[in-house]
Amino acid sequence: MSAALSGREFVALTAAGFAGFFGLWALVAASGLVPALFLPTPAAVAAKFVELTQQPFVGYTLQQHLASSFGRFAMGFALAVAIGIPLGLAMGWFRWLDGIVSPLFDALRFVAPIAWVPFAALWFGTGIGGPVLVIFAGAFPPCVINAYRGARYVDRRLVEAAQTLGASNWLILTEVLLPASVPSLVAGVRVSAGLGWQSLIGAELIVASSGIGYLIVKGQSNISTAIVMSGMIAIGIVGFAIDAALRRLEASIHRGRGRS
Amino acid sequence: MPEGPAGGFRLAVGAATLAALAALWYLATTATHLIPGAYFPTLAEVGQAARQITFTGYADGKLYQHFLHSSYLVLLGFVAAVSIGVPLGMLMGWSRRAEALVNPTFLLVRPIPPLAWIPLAIVWLGLGDAAKVLVIWFAAFVPAVINSYAGVRSIEPHLVEAARSLGVRRWMFAREVLFPGALPLVFTGLRLSLQACWTTLVAGELIGAILGLGHVLYQAGLDLFPAMILVGMVSVAVAGGLMTAALGWLETRAMPWRAS
Repeated sequence: MSAALSGREFVALTAAGFAGFFGLWALVAASGLVPALFLPTPAAVAAKFVELTQQPFVGYTLQQHLASSFGRFAMGFALAVAIGIPLGLAMGWFRWLDGIVSPLFDALRFVAPIAWVPFAALWFGTGIGGPVLVIFAGAFPPCVINAYRGARYVDRRLVEAAQTLGASNWLILTEVLLPASVPSLVAGVRVSAGLGWQSLIGAELIVASSGIGYLIVKGQSNISTAIVMSGMIAIGIVGFAIDAALRRLEASIHRGRGRS
Repeated sequence: MPEGPAGGFRLAVGAATLAALAALWYLATTATHLIPGAYFPTLAEVGQAARQITFTGYADGKLYQHFLHSSYLVLLGFVAAVSIGVPLGMLMGWSRRAEALVNPTFLLVRPIPPLAWIPLAIVWLGLGDAAKVLVIWFAAFVPAVINSYAGVRSIEPHLVEAARSLGVRRWMFAREVLFPGALPLVFTGLRLSLQACWTTLVAGELIGAILGLGHVLYQAGLDLFPAMILVGMVSVAVAGGLMTAALGWLETRAMPWRAS
């Protein structure tokens, strides 16, 4: 590996990287090689972004679309965590449950979350229920898998100590397996939030009448690249914020465990 | 953990579960009509739908045509992404200058999920195959780069220093240290890429296509045809599973020293 860069060189190259990205974009857009309809300049996209936050597009402003997307996301994600983590922990403890659920789970895991869209629409409609099922399908597996692994790889001595002291199954699950697998759980929750957010976008592209995915689809059918790009930027910002928040949670949990 | 007999026991429980589920399915649909036919198909209907799509065709093609078309697009996008992404990621891992220069673009683009690129790709390239290959390319590109980068960074510095102090030539260094060292994580990246490719393709085909497994799902959803939706989902899962298995085979061939 090459040696670490000096601070100044790093800053200069990073700045050159950003400048290169936006410069190339602006240059191609301004040159007229590509019609502005298909590639607006960065400034035009920024202006459209601000405009969308003030004037409603397909019924709502950008913030309102984001709020309705986020509501769906929170619901599907909360369901996935609330069902997935207890299920995974229990599978890690009870062999018979593992034996029953694992084959089903392995079979279902190969189904891409987005392939649930037709059934989601058929069973729960296109308002809230349908998209929530798709988000759930995306966010559920990482929760189960990480809870399961967390419970399986708990230090056996802890489990045996609890058993020797006559702890019930319930006590072992809640007092030994759950706390011991927290790092694995939090890692799984982070992955599942990312997949859930991504599945939400997919669901809204296909079945929804509001939300940020719906906004970009409508931008597409109006052939407004600036709207599509504004929506993508908003999706990126929210996705990044969700991940950053969970990363902070992860870091603070690790710090807390280090102290105790 | 409560000890159960390994191997055979698990297999038996798994088989029994699947059999019980099939029986339950039969009871709930065919025998009692507890689940209305409009929501979930009976076993017989699924068999019928499978025969229909295999022999007479559905949604403008027979099953093998849909399958081949989808696989072809995934393979095209995947190979294009990997053949650019892996070298770029390895270069970024090797050279801190390249990393500093390219990283800003990645920081900007990475939080946007691949599915959010679909509308933009449609505006740019229309509803045909080119748009799908672009989005698949994008979906596979990011994990390929990131894991190749991490792969190079994961090589033990001792190995690099030892090779250097022994005066190993460049190409030999690449062949003996760089590639074998980075390969495990590169393959992790490829697996993630491939999964992302399938999800993205199915979403792309659900939004607009003339052929492909996603198109089968879309048409079945439109026709309110639960049996065909199920057949489509199973086909998507099987196709994804087959490709993952093929990649796994390639992995053991590429890294024989890890086979055991």
